[in-house]
Amino acid sequence: MVALVRPSTEQIWRWLDQIPDPEIPVITLVDLGVIRGVSWAEDMLVITVTPTYSGCPATRVIQMDIEAALSEKGVMNLKVVQQLSPSWTTDFLSKKGRDALENFGISPPHTAAGPQHCPLCKSRNVEKISQFGSTPCKALWRCCDCCEPFDYFKCI
Amino acid sequence: MTQREALFEFLQHLGDNTLILSHRVSEWCGHAPVIEEDIALANTALDLIGQAQMWLGLAAEIEGAGRDADALTYHRDSWDFRNLLLVERPNGDFGKTLMRQFLFDAWQALMLEKLARSEHKQIAAIAGKAIKEVAYHLERSGDTVIGLGDGTEESHARMQAALDDLWPYCGEMFNLDERYNALILANILPRMDDLRARWLSKVTDIFDDATLVIPTDNFAHSGGKSGRHTEHLGHLLCEMQVLQRSYPGAKW
Repeated sequence: MVALVRPSTEQIWRWLDQIPDPEIPVITLVDLGVIRGVSWAEDMLVITVTPTYSGCPATRVIQMDIEAALSEKGVMNLKVVQQLSPSWTTDFLSKKGRDALENFGISPPHTAAGPQHCPLCKSRNVEKISQFGSTPCKALWRCCDCCEPFDYFKCI
Repeated sequence: MTQREALFEFLQHLGDNTLILSHRVSEWCGHAPVIEEDIALANTALDLIGQAQMWLGLAAEIEGAGRDADALTYHRDSWDFRNLLLVERPNGDFGKTLMRQFLFDAWQALMLEKLARSEHKQIAAIAGKAIKEVAYHLERSGDTVIGLGDGTEESHARMQAALDDLWPYCGEMFNLDERYNALILANILPRMDDLRARWLSKVTDIFDDATLVIPTDNFAHSGGKSGRHTEHLGHLLCEMQVLQRSYPGAKW
């Protein structure tokens, strides 16, 4: 069934901003910066999505989550298209998303050299354990003051 | 060979390199010496399989015969694969796996840098995406080669043996392939003239820091790009393809 009143693209963006990232649910898909476009092609809603990492298993889940969330709002005629270029970069992360990551204990992307500080005690005395972590987008770091290991959302 | 056939060949070469290396690296999952390395290897394999999906997906699209990335992966036999012989080499020990990774990463990073400037938009987009991931692979494999090469007597000896063993498989990366000339003329593929020199300069820097010596014999095996593989690929495919061979078209 096609919704009788076509929701505005602003409304769609607000709905998309309620869908949590499947692997880091403290941020939304809009925060993550993977939604690159929302538009209507007559009665069909077209959502353009870019993958974070080539092999990230969350990519397919993200597409299913978008379809499920919008069909709940009555948008049935929907197409999710993938766009590779411009390729996803951590610069696409929203300010709201960065703050949410920090509060959750994941250090948000800072520079290629590493995080600004420990997300827990805020010490700048931190060291890298490994450039690879529990998901493709994260690296493993450790705080040398509070001694806690933490995830760093690495820059790409 | 038409331009389309040449492009299909070349995209299979790119896709098969990452597919076969991904499978090899994934064999380490749960077996690496420490958990951080296990995670790093699994992440590397994941990036490579993602890249393989994109390259082989595009290859199938260019071929236009109704196949997709899965069909190319699971329903071709070894003579249809176009990967470098280097990536089908068995893993050996951890050091040898990382040596193979470094030799490949150093080549792939340069190749992707060139392909990101291709006039073929899809090729440029895939390369532009993959290059960011490969930068992390190269940083890690290079650091590990230095750490183990300039490490203990035991680790140094193993890394030198790994380099001696794998070096004859590197020349194939730079074999000029006449089949691709039409693609270079069409600006789909960039010119590769300086690839070998730039690669050699990168690996030489790392091997100097790693106190490893590049073999003087420049004999190079070849054949992978045209489908003449070692026995190792057949064994790998047996494992990788068994489910789709037994139950063709099975869906998850």
